[in-house]
Amino acid sequence: MNRKMVLNIIGKIVLTEAVLMLLPLITAVIYVETTAMYSFLITIAIAVAVGGSFMAVSRTKDTAIYAGEGFVIVGLAWIILSLIGCLPFVISGDIPNFFDAFFETVSGFTTTGASILRDIEALSKSMLFWRSFTHWVGGMGVLVFVMAIIPSTKGSMNIMRAEMPGPVIGKLVPRLRDTAKLLYIIYMVLTLAEVILLCFGGMPLFESLVHSFGTAGTGGFGVKGDSIAGYSPYIQWVIAIFMLVFGINFNIYYLILFRRARQVLKSTELWVYLSIVTVSVTAIAINTSHIYNNLSDTLRNSAFQVSSIISTTGYSTADFDAWPGLSKAVLLLLMVIGACAGSTAGGLKVSRVVLIFKNIGREVKQMLHPRSVNKVRFEGKTAEENTVRSVATYFGLYVVCIVVVFLLISFETFSVGSNFETNFSAAISCFNNIGPGFGAVGPMLNYADYSSFSKVVLSVAMLLGRLEIFPLIIAFSPSTWMRKYR
Amino acid sequence: MKIIVVGCGKIGATIIESLVAEGHDVTAVDNNSSVVNDMVEMYDCIGVCGSGTDCNILSETGVETCELFVAVTGSDEFNMLACFMAKSLGAKHTIARIRNPEYNDRNLGFIRQNLGLSMAINPELLAAKEMFSVLQLPSATKVEKFSRRNFEMVEIVVKKDSPIDGMSLIDMRKKYTAKFLVCAVEREDEVFVPDGNFILKTGDKISITASPFETAKLLKSIGLDVKQSKNVMILGATKTSYYLAKMLVTAGTAVKVIDPNKERCEQFSEVLPDAVIINGDVAAQQVLIEEGIKSMDAFVSLTGVDEENILMSLFASSQNVPKVISKINRDEFNALAEQIGIETIVSPRHIIADVLVRYARGLQNSMGSKMETLYKLMDGKAEVLEFLIESDCKIADKPLKELNLKKNTLIAGIIRARKTIIPTGDDKILASDTVIVLAAGQRINDISDIIK
Repeated sequence: MNRKMVLNIIGKIVLTEAVLMLLPLITAVIYVETTAMYSFLITIAIAVAVGGSFMAVSRTKDTAIYAGEGFVIVGLAWIILSLIGCLPFVISGDIPNFFDAFFETVSGFTTTGASILRDIEALSKSMLFWRSFTHWVGGMGVLVFVMAIIPSTKGSMNIMRAEMPGPVIGKLVPRLRDTAKLLYIIYMVLTLAEVILLCFGGMPLFESLVHSFGTAGTGGFGVKGDSIAGYSPYIQWVIAIFMLVFGINFNIYYLILFRRARQVLKSTELWVYLSIVTVSVTAIAINTSHIYNNLSDTLRNSAFQVSSIISTTGYSTADFDAWPGLSKAVLLLLMVIGACAGSTAGGLKVSRVVLIFKNIGREVKQMLHPRSVNKVRFEGKTAEENTVRSVATYFGLYVVCIVVVFLLISFETFSVGSNFETNFSAAISCFNNIGPGFGAVGPMLNYADYSSFSKVVLSVAMLLGRLEIFPLIIAFSPSTWMRKYR
Repeated sequence: MKIIVVGCGKIGATIIESLVAEGHDVTAVDNNSSVVNDMVEMYDCIGVCGSGTDCNILSETGVETCELFVAVTGSDEFNMLACFMAKSLGAKHTIARIRNPEYNDRNLGFIRQNLGLSMAINPELLAAKEMFSVLQLPSATKVEKFSRRNFEMVEIVVKKDSPIDGMSLIDMRKKYTAKFLVCAVEREDEVFVPDGNFILKTGDKISITASPFETAKLLKSIGLDVKQSKNVMILGATKTSYYLAKMLVTAGTAVKVIDPNKERCEQFSEVLPDAVIINGDVAAQQVLIEEGIKSMDAFVSLTGVDEENILMSLFASSQNVPKVISKINRDEFNALAEQIGIETIVSPRHIIADVLVRYARGLQNSMGSKMETLYKLMDGKAEVLEFLIESDCKIADKPLKELNLKKNTLIAGIIRARKTIIPTGDDKILASDTVIVLAAGQRINDISDIIK
């Protein structure tokens, strides 16, 4: 383990976070929020001190990063980011309990959007801004951002691979730095487009920014207690469509922009994603038609909820906890599936689901014809055996992790609504980085009633889900660190 | 610059590594997905898995917009076809690795012209040329020639009882009448561009530029042998040995080639009637002794197996052969072999990588000078470049002392109409001169890059 290089890059990440915190600081200055201003200043000072000292003690000539280092850097970096990111909430006293603040920040960076705040509207503007900005940063990835700034060293690809979700990570252009830049440019342009469209629909600039950050990172933090329900149908449609857009693999936008758009039409993942959305919207619209008066409301509400859940954003325009069983079942399924690989969304990812089903098909065929030779085909190519195997492993681990999280939070004994439905949906929702669940954690409610222990468990679940399990396991497994095992 | 490299074997990997280090956008193509993954993981490039002669794969790599297309798989025919297709699809420049003697000896011009190849590279031939140069001046560990052949750079190791041990460069200049310049010194993995006060020590590797005549004069006066090897034993009947043996035989050297494969020996005796071909086990020391290894001037180990080359070179050294050369393909072994005392190591993949780096840089610069040659010295820590100066060059017509040179760069020589000049502060660079420049730790694209 190249410990110095690990420390060095984490130092750079912490410094980057300090720079990013200048934006909420500016917001605090604009809205003249003195307490918030000081708490951001103090946090920036702490971040600079920590990051600077990491960098200072880790000067090294050996800059090589291998797969192991990549995972460890990503795993540790996200935890440190969240620890520093939650300081403004604690210092300003907006969220006095440390565990609450940590939960809120992890929920932000992992683009979950689960909140412990009972009254969101009481929060100061700059805190609201920071909360949503963590979505934007965490969505595409902090390390990807750092990669776009620093010159790449040998093996930087390993960092990118560890942070980007999905079974296979490809570069858009030969150089990693250019790829990272390109991803962020696409990301920024799309975000800006949404801000403009929202402003056009009469939403104030501040709220447009916050909601665009929430949509772009597929996070789900807003500024209102009832999420998006209070806004005009136009705004609801804009947000619904952008949630879908940010759930699509960013490679597709690259292909549309710079190369052949024809290749886009051949993307299996995109077609499956869009088909799932269409089928789900139709099913839910039919199932909920008796609740809403007219077709346009029914269609808008079902489309918004489907788009919000499959892209793992978590905004809502309706209390889907009160919907009929079938609709809730469909939504639960969408929570697990998630959006496309290479997007900012969480969940299992459509490409994994497709590969899992194709692999099942192959196994069945193999049982029928034991001597047959079968290859799994995906995106017009034979999928590599390694990829298929790792997807199967990931799915197994994914199930195990969710079950463990569910078990741990089931010890919970808080008064209202600590039941099977609440805990199960909370585990699924946090792990897949969605936010709202059913029951006591439904779209109109929050996670405030959970104990500190459960909040930590759920925070870990969010991190596991965002980083796709392995980086955290590797960062904390003894074999990575102990000399004996190396 | 956008470059596509087809074939990620040993040669391909080295090429990709050096081109990526140069800052180019490299796409690696290979049939074998695990090799492509290795490339993507190790170097900052993009990988495409598939055949380099498949139109779909080629257009997936964006061949129509690429500036340089390099095909370096093991098969000459595949490389030619891939380059031909790439050229037809719109690649600007194509380079193929063509190493079969059949193509190289007679038909290369024809093939290049008809397939529209910008260049054909032959690692074996280039390696053989480098070894041939060293065998002409066996006391040097490396001899690099520049384009007009009347200027060269030799690398020598300062031995313990050498008269220049402990001498400063100013004293060296005063003592010896030859016209030369010590332009780089490697000491314990560090490279220095020395000034006059630099004192040489045992174990230093020094690079000297001079004309061949002056080099010989200098080496003679510091007590080194300057006679070319007259009696050479070559181990292994490979393509490299063929090229080397042919050059040596033409130069009137007695050549003995040993190979265990009967068939290959027969082929060799057909194409090299003047060389002695021995069919025997290369690892059998008895055979080598019987064939008179003790009376050889030089021993060159060119089998396909690095380990064999290293071991047999050690054996030759133990038999007091004055000059031992070993071909080593794997990078990892280079440092190791140097440590155990094999002085001259030839690595075909590095030679090729240098050629490609030069070609790629040459495509980028077109202002006032033309890059003719590029050699990397001392594990790539320094490089020597040769520029042809054109009339509109910025630094021409000024005395050198007025030029504000960057640190660790040096103008090592000027060739003007067949005359070589070891430059002093009063010399000037004129249009149509050839200028040799040395730079350590930086990248020079154009002659004007050496001034601040």
